[in-house]
Amino acid sequence: MSSTAISVDNKSPWRGGVGPFKASYGKLMMWFFLLSDAFTFSGLLITYAFIRFSASAYKGPVDEFVFSTEYWPIPEKVYEAFPGFHGVELPLVFVGLMTFILIMSSVTMVLAVEAGHRMDKKNVVKWMLWTIIGGFAFLTCQAWEWTHFIHGTDTATIADVVVNGIWIDNYEIYGANLTFNQYGPPAFAALFFFITGFHGFHVFSGVVINIIIFFNAANGMYERRGHYEMIEKVGLYWHFVDLVWVFVFTFFYLI
Amino acid sequence: MEQATSNVVVQPADPAKIRGIWKVALILAVVTAIEYVFAFTMAKGMLLNVIFVSLTIVKAGFIVSEFMHLGHEVRSLMFTILLPMIFIIWLIVALVNIEGSAIKDGRGTQDAMEPAKTEHHEDGGH
Repeated sequence: MSSTAISVDNKSPWRGGVGPFKASYGKLMMWFFLLSDAFTFSGLLITYAFIRFSASAYKGPVDEFVFSTEYWPIPEKVYEAFPGFHGVELPLVFVGLMTFILIMSSVTMVLAVEAGHRMDKKNVVKWMLWTIIGGFAFLTCQAWEWTHFIHGTDTATIADVVVNGIWIDNYEIYGANLTFNQYGPPAFAALFFFITGFHGFHVFSGVVINIIIFFNAANGMYERRGHYEMIEKVGLYWHFVDLVWVFVFTFFYLI
Repeated sequence: MEQATSNVVVQPADPAKIRGIWKVALILAVVTAIEYVFAFTMAKGMLLNVIFVSLTIVKAGFIVSEFMHLGHEVRSLMFTILLPMIFIIWLIVALVNIEGSAIKDGRGTQDAMEPAKTEHHEDGGH
Protein backbone atom coordinates (compact mmCIF):
# COMPACT_ATOMS: atom_id res chain seq x y z
CA MET A 1 0.00 0.00 0.00
CA SER A 2 2.71 2.42 0.88
CA SER A 3 4.65 1.64 -2.32
CA THR A 4 2.09 3.18 -4.63
CA ALA A 5 3.52 4.14 -8.01
CA ILE A 6 1.82 7.48 -8.32
CA SER A 7 3.51 10.14 -6.34
CA VAL A 8 1.55 13.27 -5.59
CA ASP A 9 3.60 15.95 -3.99
CA ASN A 10 2.09 18.07 -1.28
CA LYS A 11 1.78 21.17 -3.42
CA SER A 12 -0.42 19.50 -6.07
CA PRO A 13 -3.96 20.84 -6.32
CA TRP A 14 -5.15 17.22 -6.34
CA ARG A 15 -4.10 16.94 -2.68
CA GLY A 16 -7.03 19.13 -1.78
CA GLY A 17 -7.15 22.16 0.45
CA VAL A 18 -7.00 24.51 -2.52
CA GLY A 19 -10.06 26.50 -3.62
CA PRO A 20 -10.58 26.19 -7.38
CA PHE A 21 -10.48 29.60 -9.08
CA LYS A 22 -9.58 31.07 -5.67
CA ALA A 23 -13.31 31.34 -5.02
CA SER A 24 -15.34 29.78 -2.25
CA TYR A 25 -17.59 26.79 -2.92
CA GLY A 26 -20.78 28.81 -2.48
CA LYS A 27 -19.78 31.62 -4.81
CA LEU A 28 -18.56 29.23 -7.49
CA MET A 29 -21.79 27.22 -7.40
CA MET A 30 -23.81 30.44 -7.56
CA TRP A 31 -21.86 31.40 -10.70
CA PHE A 32 -22.57 28.03 -12.31
CA PHE A 33 -26.25 28.27 -11.39
CA LEU A 34 -26.42 31.75 -12.91
CA LEU A 35 -24.73 30.48 -16.06
CA SER A 36 -27.38 27.76 -16.43
CA ASP A 37 -30.11 30.30 -15.69
CA ALA A 38 -28.63 32.55 -18.37
CA PHE A 39 -29.02 29.64 -20.82
CA THR A 40 -32.72 29.40 -19.90
CA PHE A 41 -33.27 33.10 -20.51
CA SER A 42 -31.25 32.89 -23.72
CA GLY A 43 -33.61 30.15 -24.90
CA LEU A 44 -36.60 32.39 -24.20
CA LEU A 45 -35.04 35.41 -25.92
CA ILE A 46 -34.03 33.32 -28.94
CA THR A 47 -37.65 32.14 -29.21
CA TYR A 48 -38.90 35.70 -28.93
CA ALA A 49 -36.52 37.15 -31.49
CA PHE A 50 -36.98 34.22 -33.87
CA ILE A 51 -40.79 34.57 -33.87
CA ARG A 52 -40.55 38.34 -34.07
CA PHE A 53 -38.17 38.38 -37.03
CA SER A 54 -40.11 35.71 -38.93
CA ALA A 55 -43.41 37.57 -38.41
CA SER A 56 -44.78 40.27 -40.65
CA ALA A 57 -43.29 43.65 -39.75
CA TYR A 58 -44.94 47.06 -40.01
CA LYS A 59 -43.02 49.20 -42.51
CA GLY A 60 -45.53 52.02 -43.01
CA PRO A 61 -45.41 55.53 -41.53
CA VAL A 62 -45.00 55.40 -37.74
CA ASP A 63 -47.56 58.12 -36.97
CA GLU A 64 -50.27 56.25 -38.91
CA PHE A 65 -49.62 52.99 -37.05
CA VAL A 66 -52.66 51.16 -35.68
CA PHE A 67 -52.73 47.84 -33.84
CA SER A 68 -53.57 44.81 -35.94
CA THR A 69 -53.26 41.08 -35.47
CA GLU A 70 -51.72 40.93 -38.97
CA TYR A 71 -48.31 42.39 -38.13
CA TRP A 72 -45.95 42.79 -35.16
CA PRO A 73 -46.58 46.01 -33.17
CA ILE A 74 -44.10 48.85 -32.70
CA PRO A 75 -43.07 48.51 -29.01
CA GLU A 76 -43.30 52.20 -28.09
CA LYS A 77 -46.93 52.20 -29.30
CA VAL A 78 -47.73 49.34 -26.93
CA TYR A 79 -45.87 50.52 -23.84
CA GLU A 80 -46.91 54.15 -23.57
CA ALA A 81 -49.12 54.20 -20.48
CA PHE A 82 -48.25 55.64 -17.07
CA PRO A 83 -50.28 55.34 -13.85
CA GLY A 84 -52.44 58.40 -13.35
CA PHE A 85 -52.03 59.63 -16.94
CA HIS A 86 -54.91 57.94 -18.69
CA GLY A 87 -55.03 58.64 -22.41
CA VAL A 88 -51.69 60.48 -22.42
CA GLU A 89 -49.06 58.96 -24.71
CA LEU A 90 -45.83 58.55 -22.73
CA PRO A 91 -43.90 56.02 -24.76
CA LEU A 92 -41.46 53.88 -22.75
CA VAL A 93 -41.51 56.29 -19.77
CA PHE A 94 -42.91 53.75 -17.33
CA VAL A 95 -40.50 51.03 -18.37
CA GLY A 96 -37.70 53.59 -18.01
CA LEU A 97 -38.79 54.12 -14.41
CA MET A 98 -38.79 50.34 -13.84
CA THR A 99 -35.26 50.09 -15.28
CA PHE A 100 -34.11 52.92 -13.02
CA ILE A 101 -35.62 51.25 -9.94
CA LEU A 102 -33.93 47.93 -10.69
CA ILE A 103 -30.53 49.49 -11.39
CA MET A 104 -30.77 51.49 -8.15
CA SER A 105 -31.62 48.38 -6.15
CA SER A 106 -28.57 46.73 -7.70
CA VAL A 107 -26.45 49.66 -6.51
CA THR A 108 -27.78 49.40 -2.95
CA MET A 109 -26.97 45.68 -3.09
CA VAL A 110 -23.34 46.44 -4.02
CA LEU A 111 -23.22 48.89 -1.11
CA ALA A 112 -24.53 46.16 1.23
CA VAL A 113 -21.80 43.77 0.01
CA GLU A 114 -19.20 46.50 0.46
CA ALA A 115 -20.40 47.15 4.03
CA GLY A 116 -20.24 43.39 4.65
CA HIS A 117 -16.56 43.34 3.71
CA ARG A 118 -15.97 45.91 6.45
CA MET A 119 -18.07 43.93 9.00
CA ASP A 120 -20.32 46.98 9.20
CA LYS A 121 -23.55 45.35 10.33
CA LYS A 122 -25.51 48.59 10.61
CA ASN A 123 -24.88 49.54 6.98
CA VAL A 124 -25.43 45.99 5.69
CA VAL A 125 -28.89 46.03 7.28
CA LYS A 126 -29.61 49.52 5.96
CA TRP A 127 -28.63 48.78 2.35
CA MET A 128 -30.34 45.38 2.36
CA LEU A 129 -33.55 47.13 3.41
CA TRP A 130 -33.23 49.58 0.50
CA THR A 131 -32.62 46.67 -1.87
CA ILE A 132 -35.80 44.95 -0.66
CA ILE A 133 -37.78 48.19 -1.07
CA GLY A 134 -36.42 48.52 -4.62
CA GLY A 135 -37.43 44.94 -5.41
CA PHE A 136 -40.95 45.51 -4.12
CA ALA A 137 -41.21 48.78 -6.07
CA PHE A 138 -40.23 46.97 -9.27
CA LEU A 139 -42.76 44.18 -8.65
CA THR A 140 -45.49 46.75 -8.00
CA CYS A 141 -44.69 48.48 -11.28
CA GLN A 142 -44.79 45.18 -13.10
CA ALA A 143 -48.15 44.30 -11.56
CA TRP A 144 -49.53 47.61 -12.80
CA GLU A 145 -48.02 47.10 -16.25
CA TRP A 146 -49.52 43.61 -16.55
CA THR A 147 -52.92 44.87 -15.40
CA HIS A 148 -52.86 47.61 -18.02
CA PHE A 149 -51.62 45.20 -20.69
CA ILE A 150 -54.40 42.72 -19.91
CA HIS A 151 -57.18 45.33 -19.79
CA GLY A 152 -55.98 47.16 -22.88
CA THR A 153 -56.73 50.59 -24.29
CA ASP A 154 -60.00 52.33 -25.17
CA THR A 155 -59.72 51.34 -28.81
CA ALA A 156 -60.58 47.81 -29.89
CA THR A 157 -58.76 45.86 -32.54
CA ILE A 158 -61.08 43.99 -34.88
CA ALA A 159 -60.09 40.46 -35.84
CA ASP A 160 -61.56 37.02 -36.53
CA VAL A 161 -60.96 34.90 -33.44
CA VAL A 162 -62.07 31.71 -31.76
CA VAL A 163 -63.84 32.22 -28.42
CA ASN A 164 -64.83 29.12 -26.43
CA GLY A 165 -64.45 26.99 -29.54
CA ILE A 166 -66.70 29.18 -31.69
CA TRP A 167 -65.31 31.14 -34.63
CA ILE A 168 -66.35 34.79 -34.44
CA ASP A 169 -65.85 37.21 -37.33
CA ASN A 170 -65.01 40.86 -36.61
CA TYR A 171 -64.57 40.35 -32.88
CA GLU A 172 -63.64 43.46 -30.87
CA ILE A 173 -60.46 42.63 -28.96
CA TYR A 174 -59.68 44.69 -25.88
CA GLY A 175 -56.45 43.97 -24.03
CA ALA A 176 -54.66 40.67 -24.07
CA ASN A 177 -54.91 37.06 -23.01
CA LEU A 178 -53.02 33.93 -24.00
CA THR A 179 -55.16 33.21 -27.09
CA PHE A 180 -55.38 36.64 -28.72
CA ASN A 181 -54.58 40.28 -28.02
CA GLN A 182 -55.34 43.73 -29.39
CA TYR A 183 -51.69 44.63 -29.96
CA GLY A 184 -50.53 42.12 -32.54
CA PRO A 185 -50.23 38.43 -33.41
CA PRO A 186 -51.27 36.02 -30.60
CA ALA A 187 -47.62 35.09 -29.97
CA PHE A 188 -46.83 38.69 -29.05
CA ALA A 189 -48.81 38.70 -25.79
CA ALA A 190 -47.98 35.07 -25.02
CA LEU A 191 -44.26 35.88 -25.21
CA PHE A 192 -44.76 39.05 -23.18
CA PHE A 193 -46.47 37.12 -20.38
CA PHE A 194 -43.96 34.30 -20.46
CA ILE A 195 -40.71 36.26 -20.58
CA THR A 196 -41.55 39.23 -18.33
CA GLY A 197 -43.37 36.78 -16.06
CA PHE A 198 -40.36 34.49 -15.81
CA HIS A 199 -38.17 37.49 -15.05
CA GLY A 200 -40.72 38.82 -12.55
CA PHE A 201 -40.72 35.46 -10.80
CA HIS A 202 -36.94 35.71 -10.51
CA VAL A 203 -37.33 39.18 -8.97
CA PHE A 204 -39.94 37.81 -6.58
CA SER A 205 -37.74 34.94 -5.41
CA GLY A 206 -34.84 37.41 -5.16
CA VAL A 207 -36.89 39.63 -2.84
CA VAL A 208 -37.82 36.62 -0.69
CA ILE A 209 -34.17 35.57 -0.41
CA ASN A 210 -33.16 39.19 0.31
CA ILE A 211 -35.68 39.34 3.16
CA ILE A 212 -34.28 36.15 4.71
CA ILE A 213 -30.73 37.51 4.42
CA PHE A 214 -31.84 40.85 5.84
CA PHE A 215 -33.21 39.21 8.99
CA ASN A 216 -30.15 36.98 9.33
CA ALA A 217 -27.87 40.00 9.09
CA ALA A 218 -29.99 42.05 11.49
CA ASN A 219 -29.97 39.18 14.01
CA GLY A 220 -26.18 39.13 13.86
CA MET A 221 -25.87 35.65 12.31
CA TYR A 222 -23.14 36.72 9.87
CA GLU A 223 -21.34 38.75 12.51
CA ARG A 224 -21.11 35.61 14.69
CA ARG A 225 -20.01 33.63 11.63
CA GLY A 226 -17.18 36.12 11.11
CA HIS A 227 -17.94 37.01 7.49
CA TYR A 228 -20.72 38.32 5.29
CA GLU A 229 -20.17 36.04 2.31
CA MET A 230 -23.86 35.14 2.16
CA ILE A 231 -24.60 38.75 1.20
CA GLU A 232 -22.16 38.38 -1.71
CA LYS A 233 -23.79 35.16 -2.95
CA VAL A 234 -27.30 36.58 -2.78
CA GLY A 235 -25.91 39.78 -4.31
CA LEU A 236 -24.73 37.79 -7.33
CA TYR A 237 -28.25 36.48 -7.83
CA TRP A 238 -29.77 39.95 -7.44
CA HIS A 239 -27.37 41.48 -10.00
CA PHE A 240 -28.20 38.66 -12.37
CA VAL A 241 -31.88 39.63 -12.17
CA ASP A 242 -30.86 43.19 -13.08
CA LEU A 243 -28.68 41.83 -15.88
CA VAL A 244 -31.55 39.85 -17.39
CA TRP A 245 -33.77 42.92 -17.22
CA VAL A 246 -31.20 44.87 -19.28
CA PHE A 247 -31.65 42.26 -22.03
CA VAL A 248 -35.44 41.99 -21.68
CA PHE A 249 -35.60 45.80 -21.86
CA THR A 250 -33.67 45.87 -25.12
CA PHE A 251 -35.42 42.99 -26.84
CA PHE A 252 -38.97 43.74 -25.69
CA TYR A 253 -39.18 47.48 -25.41
CA LEU A 254 -36.59 48.86 -27.82
CA ILE A 255 -36.21 46.49 -30.78
CA MET B 1 -24.16 36.56 25.59
CA GLU B 2 -23.19 40.04 24.45
CA GLN B 3 -19.46 39.53 24.47
CA ALA B 4 -19.72 37.36 21.35
CA THR B 5 -20.15 40.42 19.18
CA SER B 6 -18.17 42.99 21.14
CA ASN B 7 -14.83 42.16 19.50
CA VAL B 8 -16.01 42.84 15.93
CA VAL B 9 -14.03 45.72 14.46
CA VAL B 10 -15.90 47.77 11.85
CA GLN B 11 -13.46 48.99 9.21
CA PRO B 12 -13.94 52.55 7.96
CA ALA B 13 -15.41 52.90 4.47
CA ASP B 14 -13.06 53.71 1.61
CA PRO B 15 -14.55 56.79 -0.12
CA ALA B 16 -12.84 55.95 -3.44
CA LYS B 17 -14.54 52.55 -3.50
CA ILE B 18 -17.98 54.04 -2.78
CA ARG B 19 -17.43 56.66 -5.47
CA GLY B 20 -16.49 53.87 -7.90
CA ILE B 21 -19.80 52.09 -7.24
CA TRP B 22 -21.81 55.26 -7.92
CA LYS B 23 -19.73 55.94 -11.02
CA VAL B 24 -20.75 52.58 -12.50
CA ALA B 25 -24.39 53.37 -11.63
CA LEU B 26 -24.04 56.69 -13.43
CA ILE B 27 -22.55 55.00 -16.51
CA LEU B 28 -25.48 52.54 -16.61
CA ALA B 29 -27.97 55.41 -16.38
CA VAL B 30 -26.20 57.40 -19.11
CA VAL B 31 -26.04 54.41 -21.50
CA THR B 32 -29.78 53.81 -20.93
CA ALA B 33 -30.42 57.49 -21.66
CA ILE B 34 -28.44 57.18 -24.91
CA GLU B 35 -30.61 54.18 -25.85
CA TYR B 36 -33.71 56.36 -25.35
CA VAL B 37 -32.27 59.08 -27.56
CA PHE B 38 -31.62 56.55 -30.32
CA ALA B 39 -35.08 55.00 -29.88
CA PHE B 40 -36.81 58.31 -30.60
CA THR B 41 -34.51 59.84 -33.19
CA MET B 42 -33.42 56.98 -35.45
CA ALA B 43 -35.45 55.07 -38.03
CA LYS B 44 -36.23 51.43 -37.21
CA GLY B 45 -33.95 48.98 -38.90
CA MET B 46 -31.04 46.61 -38.62
CA LEU B 47 -28.54 49.40 -37.84
CA LEU B 48 -30.62 50.56 -34.87
CA ASN B 49 -30.96 46.98 -33.63
CA VAL B 50 -27.18 46.51 -33.81
CA ILE B 51 -26.69 49.75 -31.82
CA PHE B 52 -29.20 48.62 -29.17
CA VAL B 53 -27.63 45.19 -28.78
CA SER B 54 -24.11 46.70 -28.59
CA LEU B 55 -25.16 49.18 -25.89
CA THR B 56 -26.88 46.35 -24.02
CA ILE B 57 -23.66 44.35 -24.06
CA VAL B 58 -21.79 47.42 -22.74
CA LYS B 59 -24.26 47.66 -19.85
CA ALA B 60 -24.08 43.91 -19.22
CA GLY B 61 -20.27 44.18 -19.19
CA PHE B 62 -20.33 46.81 -16.45
CA ILE B 63 -22.86 44.90 -14.34
CA VAL B 64 -20.99 41.60 -14.61
CA SER B 65 -17.46 42.92 -14.23
CA GLU B 66 -18.06 45.58 -11.53
CA PHE B 67 -21.29 44.78 -9.66
CA MET B 68 -20.82 41.01 -9.85
CA HIS B 69 -17.07 41.47 -9.40
CA LEU B 70 -16.20 39.03 -12.18
CA GLY B 71 -13.60 41.44 -13.58
CA HIS B 72 -11.68 41.09 -10.31
CA GLU B 73 -11.80 37.29 -10.07
CA VAL B 74 -9.01 35.06 -11.40
CA ARG B 75 -8.75 34.86 -15.18
CA SER B 76 -9.76 31.21 -15.45
CA LEU B 77 -13.06 31.85 -13.61
CA MET B 78 -13.71 34.83 -15.85
CA PHE B 79 -13.35 32.76 -18.99
CA THR B 80 -15.31 29.83 -17.53
CA ILE B 81 -18.32 32.13 -17.31
CA LEU B 82 -17.71 34.33 -20.35
CA LEU B 83 -16.86 31.76 -23.04
CA PRO B 84 -20.19 29.86 -22.89
CA MET B 85 -22.01 33.22 -22.97
CA ILE B 86 -20.04 34.34 -26.02
CA PHE B 87 -21.04 31.14 -27.83
CA ILE B 88 -24.68 31.64 -26.80
CA ILE B 89 -24.66 35.19 -28.16
CA TRP B 90 -23.22 33.84 -31.41
CA LEU B 91 -26.10 31.34 -31.52
CA ILE B 92 -28.66 34.09 -30.85
CA VAL B 93 -27.32 36.24 -33.69
CA ALA B 94 -27.23 33.26 -36.07
CA LEU B 95 -30.70 31.96 -35.19
CA VAL B 96 -32.46 35.29 -35.04
CA ASN B 97 -30.95 37.08 -37.94
CA ILE B 98 -30.35 34.33 -40.44
CA GLU B 99 -32.92 31.69 -39.52
CA GLY B 100 -35.67 34.19 -38.67
CA SER B 101 -35.48 35.93 -42.04
CA ALA B 102 -35.04 32.60 -43.86
CA ILE B 103 -38.27 31.27 -42.34
CA LYS B 104 -39.98 34.54 -43.14
CA ASP B 105 -38.91 34.30 -46.79
CA GLY B 106 -39.73 30.60 -46.92
CA ARG B 107 -43.27 31.20 -45.72
CA GLY B 108 -43.65 34.12 -48.09
CA THR B 109 -44.61 36.42 -45.19
CA GLN B 110 -45.06 39.98 -46.43
CA ASP B 111 -44.34 43.10 -44.39
CA ALA B 112 -47.22 45.53 -43.98
CA MET B 113 -46.50 48.73 -45.91
CA GLU B 114 -49.53 50.61 -44.55
CA PRO B 115 -51.77 50.39 -41.47
CA ALA B 116 -54.26 47.53 -41.43
CA LYS B 117 -57.76 48.35 -42.64
CA THR B 118 -59.36 46.56 -39.70
CA GLU B 119 -61.76 49.04 -38.22
CA HIS B 120 -61.06 50.63 -34.88
CA HIS B 121 -63.49 52.63 -32.87
CA GLU B 122 -63.41 54.76 -29.79
CA ASP B 123 -65.39 53.50 -26.86
CA GLY B 124 -64.78 56.01 -24.09
CA GLY B 125 -66.40 53.91 -21.39
CA HIS B 126 -63.83 51.18 -21.50
